[in-house]
Amino acid sequence: MTKKMVCIECPKGCVLEVDMDAKPVKITGNKCPKGIGYALSEMEDPRRVLTSSVLTESLELKLAPVKTDRPVPKKELSRAMEEIKKIRLKRAVSAGDIVAENFLGMGIKLVATREVGLV
Amino acid sequence: MIERELVIVGGGPSGMAAAIAARENGVKDILLLERDQYLGGILNQCVHTGFGLEYFKEVLTGPEYADRFIKKIRGLPDIEISLRSFAVGMTGDKVVTFLKPGRMERVKARAIIMATGCREKTREMVHIAGTRPSGIFSAGFAQKLINIEGLLPGKEVVIVGSGDIGLIMARRFVLEGAKVSGVVEIQGQSRGLVRNIVQCIEDFDIPIYFNHKISRIYGRDRVEALDAVRVDENFNEISGTKFALKCDTILMSVGLIPENELIEMAGVAIDRKTNSPVSEELNKTSVPGIFVCGNSFKVYDIVDSVTRDSLAAGKLAAEYLGRARA
Repeated sequence: MTKKMVCIECPKGCVLEVDMDAKPVKITGNKCPKGIGYALSEMEDPRRVLTSSVLTESLELKLAPVKTDRPVPKKELSRAMEEIKKIRLKRAVSAGDIVAENFLGMGIKLVATREVGLV
Repeated sequence: MIERELVIVGGGPSGMAAAIAARENGVKDILLLERDQYLGGILNQCVHTGFGLEYFKEVLTGPEYADRFIKKIRGLPDIEISLRSFAVGMTGDKVVTFLKPGRMERVKARAIIMATGCREKTREMVHIAGTRPSGIFSAGFAQKLINIEGLLPGKEVVIVGSGDIGLIMARRFVLEGAKVSGVVEIQGQSRGLVRNIVQCIEDFDIPIYFNHKISRIYGRDRVEALDAVRVDENFNEISGTKFALKCDTILMSVGLIPENELIEMAGVAIDRKTNSPVSEELNKTSVPGIFVCGNSFKVYDIVDSVTRDSLAAGKLAAEYLGRARA
């Protein structure tokens, strides 16, 4: 069986073909090595980096944009959003500062993606 | 009146790159005008990832991409950044009028780089019949409401057009707990990047209707529903294919218009079809010494390309000013 998918690692959007019957599985259509990793992860455990924003208290912006420091299993995305909604950021941050450690209990960190100062 | 060697209008990715390149090519007296209270432009509300792979060789979010340029520009001497400064006028001899809180200023420049970006097309520009209720937003404005203001514009959304901002917003609405009932695209394929179809639409099982258009909007005070209908290759409605989608919110993602009214005021020739400057060469206009870069020159898909071309604009201005060799 062959499975088709579009690689989302970069804007090129290579159409990948995964030959599931070959051992190990054969991946074609990728214009760079990232396509192989993407296809394998998509088959076994699809993950996405989650970006959103968290509410702040006494900071210059109402919201601070954040991202997970690594991809989150796709099926955990809605649980991750529930957790993000509970957070209130109260201290000034720079891009890269940790907003929540061990997010989702999976060792994933939530990090700020821009500077947000005090009021 | 103040005089400056180079005035740059717009502090988004394009204006920042132009300022950096102009400085690095020897221009020493630069005024950068930004209407918002922060640098970064539209990148600030693009909290998703996918930026920087070409220019920085890594994947960044919009605010992170902006942050790198903000840090760089703040570290350079001779660039004055004037925030909350809204350019409202320009003459052919390069006098720029701008508003700051409480006052109006005029600055005479030897060269000008315009990096004013785009505005979004609206419902009125795509001619949809029906009522005029509240609940119809452009996709980028909805993005600002959610990501900057922390307001969710609606609970049940239909997206008209499949530009990248519309696709990104489909995912954002779902993640924020709203329902996206569908994306309606008049063309046979998306106008956005394929990766956004995958990670924003297919990932969340959102129906996407290609070769369909919106034929009518319903609702008195607030949007209540719309009719979608299949179209043929000439975009004519095919009878018997109409169906209704219930929704309280409609997002328009139907294209961008370069903002070039200021240079038009200064006598620069504008292409009526695209609202871009008439130009034989990247970043140049019909008036020597007035340059345009980024989305106000042409609509780009990827910010990395905006950076590359806007750096070139900064160098062009330096050459024009006799600071750099062509």
